[in-house]
Amino acid sequence: MPAMLRNLAQRLGMMAHSFVGGIHPPQHKLSAGLKSELCPLAPLHIMPMKQHIGVACSPLVAVGDRVLRGQKIAKSEGYVSVPVHAPTSGRVVRIGDHAIPHPSGMGIPSIFIETDGDDAVDESLAPLADWRSMEPALLRERVRMCGLAGLGGAVFPTFIKLVQDARFPIETVILNGIECEPWLTSDHCLMLEYADEILAGLAIIMHMVKTDAAIIAIEDNKADAAAVLQQALEARDDLADVRVVVLPTRYPQGGEKQLIYTLTGREVPAGKLPMHIGVLCQNVGTTRALYQAVMQGRPLTERMVTVSGDAMPRPGNLLVRIGTPMRHVFAQRGLDVFEQVRLLHGGPMMGELLRHPDLPVVKSTNGMLAMREPTFMAAHQPEQPCIRCGHCSEACPAGLVPNLLADQCRSDQFERAESYNLFDCIECGACSYVCPSHIPLVHYFRYGKGQIAQQRREKHFAEESRGRSEAREMRIEQEKQARAARRSSVRAAHVGQSDDGSADAAGEEKKD
Amino acid sequence: MAGLLYALLSLGAFALLAGIILAIAQKVFHVEGDPMAEKIDALLPQTQCGQCGYPGCKPYAAAVAGHEADVNHCVPGGERTMLAIADLMGVEPKAVEQEAAAPMVAFIREDECIGCTLCIKACPVDAIVGAPKQYHAIIADHCTGCELCVEPCPVDCIDMLVKPELIEHWAWPLPETRRSRIGHERREQHAGHA
Repeated sequence: MPAMLRNLAQRLGMMAHSFVGGIHPPQHKLSAGLKSELCPLAPLHIMPMKQHIGVACSPLVAVGDRVLRGQKIAKSEGYVSVPVHAPTSGRVVRIGDHAIPHPSGMGIPSIFIETDGDDAVDESLAPLADWRSMEPALLRERVRMCGLAGLGGAVFPTFIKLVQDARFPIETVILNGIECEPWLTSDHCLMLEYADEILAGLAIIMHMVKTDAAIIAIEDNKADAAAVLQQALEARDDLADVRVVVLPTRYPQGGEKQLIYTLTGREVPAGKLPMHIGVLCQNVGTTRALYQAVMQGRPLTERMVTVSGDAMPRPGNLLVRIGTPMRHVFAQRGLDVFEQVRLLHGGPMMGELLRHPDLPVVKSTNGMLAMREPTFMAAHQPEQPCIRCGHCSEACPAGLVPNLLADQCRSDQFERAESYNLFDCIECGACSYVCPSHIPLVHYFRYGKGQIAQQRREKHFAEESRGRSEAREMRIEQEKQARAARRSSVRAAHVGQSDDGSADAAGEEKKD
Repeated sequence: MAGLLYALLSLGAFALLAGIILAIAQKVFHVEGDPMAEKIDALLPQTQCGQCGYPGCKPYAAAVAGHEADVNHCVPGGERTMLAIADLMGVEPKAVEQEAAAPMVAFIREDECIGCTLCIKACPVDAIVGAPKQYHAIIADHCTGCELCVEPCPVDCIDMLVKPELIEHWAWPLPETRRSRIGHERREQHAGHA
């Protein structure tokens, strides 16, 4: 249905809420319904010190140390941060920079662990089986200690979302099983195989934020997962107020703000979080990891990864230890020649292009795709002038005007782009996908956002420098005044003394 | 005649009244300092490096505001700062004489430092810590890369290093398409002539 008609129907109350815009890219879910497999241990694991949004961690181990699976090897250095854990038992062989899946291709400090094959587990964290009687704050600390970050791909530290704020009580928990990116099936696979664990995790989350209402959202291309979850839900008697909602497939339905609007009709205000409107949104993978952290005392050391793409000999869903080199994972599914192949980290819409497969799997790796050059999205097409067709505005789920914003970013009119709400863009890629002129719209937005961030940083630094320089000038001035005051007081005292002396002498003279 | 007198008197009285109001307004709405200099100072990068020929950013801002200096002397600020100042002052932009170098940060080779405190006295932003006869160290996060500490050092133990690029500060470049380049160049040209 055209976006305009849908908007009209919604305004008139003829339809349930549904986010604006969106697209229907071909699904290509080749690995849907395939049973998950364990990825064999790699000989070397690389653990980057930052796998989440926020502050990087600092290593707790030294070269030569033996580590166990689940042992904390790096501690967080700030509030918005979660620790890193060893993915398997072995020896630390090196601590140094290694490239991570990041568009810059740059490296960050990482811990290299040589696998010893025992896979011995660190048992120091006890399972918290009686979580129902526990304080939410204690459970929250467990979630933080276990290194949980949003496994849907944004890797925002999970424990921060689970905060209890009296001003913003959570009314509804949304379990996000949408997985709207084409090709990816890792959440689908988790829902089919671990429905019980996901629901147990959901029950813990609901206990932590003290609410009874939850919605499990699944798109209709995963009807089997919805059925499995519904069945598992009926088998439990403690989740009475939980519904499974099947939504018509549309990209980017899985975006947090889009999903919340579709399910509740509430919009997350710009610059605010879902908790400000009483909603908590969690990915199904994170929820299962939370179950493992609380009920089994297991930190986040592995995740489900979709290994797929049209150049992949055998697509599948693999349970991969974090830190496994991607080359090793690709080899498990029969891909070891990387010429003529484009590698993607994440899905084709929001994922990033990788320059080489020598990168570790990190907490945000929901998929690894190998694409043949010609089928990769429009990026190889030359950019044509905008013909003002308006398709991008119709597709934008944030209600922006992408062609205008791209013009502003391209010509460095950043204040103007900001006033047209550039920062509301979620970089979903729907506009670039529909653009008949192959304008890399999202790329322009990323450029604009990066430049604005840089300008803000420079301005902030300049202001701090000005403060320091003014403080220094003030100090020098004060010192000068203090010195002058001291000098004059000493002189006055001296002069006074000599005056007295001369007066005495004069008196003596007079006496004489 | 009376009409003329009446007109002169009323006009004179009106002028007197207006003068009194203006005099009061000047007292009431008096602004300390030069607002234009402050606005220009806010645009400058605050490295306090003195490469403009003035002993810091604020004196340069005051000189520009007083039309004593040109708008194009700030080296670290580069073209963007020059354009912003020209725009604010409403004057014709001038080409920047010197390309801004990559951001630098000072580094003291501690084993060679003799603890003379000369660099500490030179640093305009108090980014060096140390005491007499103790090693000095640079607070890299506070260093503006002004190089003012290099000259006074008697043992030449201060190096200027290129500021390491952080992955958190990495920004996406423009897309590499012909149109994006054309659009960007056009904007820069336009800005240069504005």
